Amino acid sequence: MIDVLRLTAEGAKQLLDAREISGAELFAAYAERDDDLHAFLYRCDDPGGDGIPIALKDVIGTKGVPTTAGSKILESYVPVYDSTVAANCKRHGLRLLGKTNTDEFAMGSSTENSAFGPSRNPWDPSRVPGGSGGGSAAAVSGGLAPWALGSDTGGSIKQPSALCGNVGLRPTYGTVSRFGVVAFASSLDQVGPVAKNVRDCAFLYSIIAGRDANDTTTVEVPEVELPAAQDLKGMRIGVPREMNEAEGIEPGVSAAVRKTIELAESLGAEVGECSLPRSVDYGVACYYLVAPAEASSNLARYDGARYGLRSDGDDFREMVMATRHDGLGDEPKRRIMIGTYALSSGYYDAYYGKAQRVRTMIRREHAEVFEKFDLIVSPTSPTVAFAIGEKAGNPLAMYLNDLLTIPSCMAGLPGLNIPCGLSEGLPVGLQLIGPQFAENTLFRAGHALEQALAFDVVPERLR
Amino acid sequence: MAGISKDEVLHVARLARLELTDDEVVKFQEQLSAILDAVSKVSELDLADVPPTAHPLEIENAWAEDEPRPCLPLDEVFANAPDRDEDYFRVPPA
Repeated sequence: MIDVLRLTAEGAKQLLDAREISGAELFAAYAERDDDLHAFLYRCDDPGGDGIPIALKDVIGTKGVPTTAGSKILESYVPVYDSTVAANCKRHGLRLLGKTNTDEFAMGSSTENSAFGPSRNPWDPSRVPGGSGGGSAAAVSGGLAPWALGSDTGGSIKQPSALCGNVGLRPTYGTVSRFGVVAFASSLDQVGPVAKNVRDCAFLYSIIAGRDANDTTTVEVPEVELPAAQDLKGMRIGVPREMNEAEGIEPGVSAAVRKTIELAESLGAEVGECSLPRSVDYGVACYYLVAPAEASSNLARYDGARYGLRSDGDDFREMVMATRHDGLGDEPKRRIMIGTYALSSGYYDAYYGKAQRVRTMIRREHAEVFEKFDLIVSPTSPTVAFAIGEKAGNPLAMYLNDLLTIPSCMAGLPGLNIPCGLSEGLPVGLQLIGPQFAENTLFRAGHALEQALAFDVVPERLR
Repeated sequence: MAGISKDEVLHVARLARLELTDDEVVKFQEQLSAILDAVSKVSELDLADVPPTAHPLEIENAWAEDEPRPCLPLDEVFANAPDRDEDYFRVPPA
């Protein structure tokens, strides 16, 4: 009997290596489970072999397997080539379980913006799993996949991991190729791993990280070290006041994070207060100008001419406008219009130009903090998982859920979410942020805390 | 600074090649006004001396060798095309 809710990828590999289970048995254990969480948009047949199965967020292009980005405009799109990350997974023998649900074009914090309906939180199916990568996070915590890949623009890996109680890494900008991944905001988009523990997360990161000639924003990456240390001796951990005392952080979230910070101290870390005075205050505004501006450009390619949906129109322009009206949902439309507005003549300096300068300010504030600290910590999400429908009618309220994940994304910094406790019976996520290319530091700290916390990643109702 | 008129919503939608119904214009005018009001917060800061960031890494000139490589076969290029006319994507007249 394979315990899909508890089995890690590392554990699965040991079972396979010892021939205690076959590759087919392992794949079937996940593939045959009922997807009542709607974590998947598409599930694959076993391609054979004996590698570890994996789920990929549906913005990641997979040759011969539908890739919709959660949008009607790509409903019938089947890529004719693999993204670099999908190819890297294949090269390591990983077998594709399927494509996971996402807010349309990864725009959202709940999966409610998916054109194909929301996913559900494994801890409480009446609540959202977070977003945009809620499908990947729900699949990992719901026993539908041992691990998965997500993508993160302003928090789409870390926030769903926080809400579903698993481990998610948004890698340093430039460490993982985006070739073949549906683009949202290219100066922010990063692909990263979602897993049941930090070691799996680190191992999966090592599979996908590295320079790719097909994505000229990628760079050489330091060798990944699988974490083993149980202590935090010598680690300097900063606690940014503004990110830990921000308005809107639920008391139960604060309490779990505070306890974990005390635990870090007892493991030998030197903990000190620090400040990111304007990054939190201005981060969301900066993000919701930069990301829509880039999105308005990236999504211009959906014109009904070469692939994807085409609606009828008497001439080319009418066809394009009808296609985009019919094929795009409200959230991409809002962001395309905000972005177009922010970039348009007469408004560029006041909006997009200004946001780019705010971005420099955010980078500088973080750089200053990392002169004194190896990493900083805060809640990942100000709240635990909220109810499906609770924020769906109010785009602005939804945007504020990204308050704490956004600043480090703007600065291109890596961030790791680990589950650190429960509030109202739902997981609370701790966010660890380091300077660029400090993934190994995050893994080391995350692993030591994970051992000491002994958080049970299996949702209570499924135990 | 914040707030966007109906005409501006229609203008932006036209620039972005988005057809909108009358109801959508009303809905988006309200929602976009609220969003623009919130993001206008960036104008509170005086950052005249701060250079803009377009990209979080300081990479310059990521060169690649200019070597020809095989491209996708045409049948694959057109595999997802809504309409095809021999070696062309077919679209309505401009």
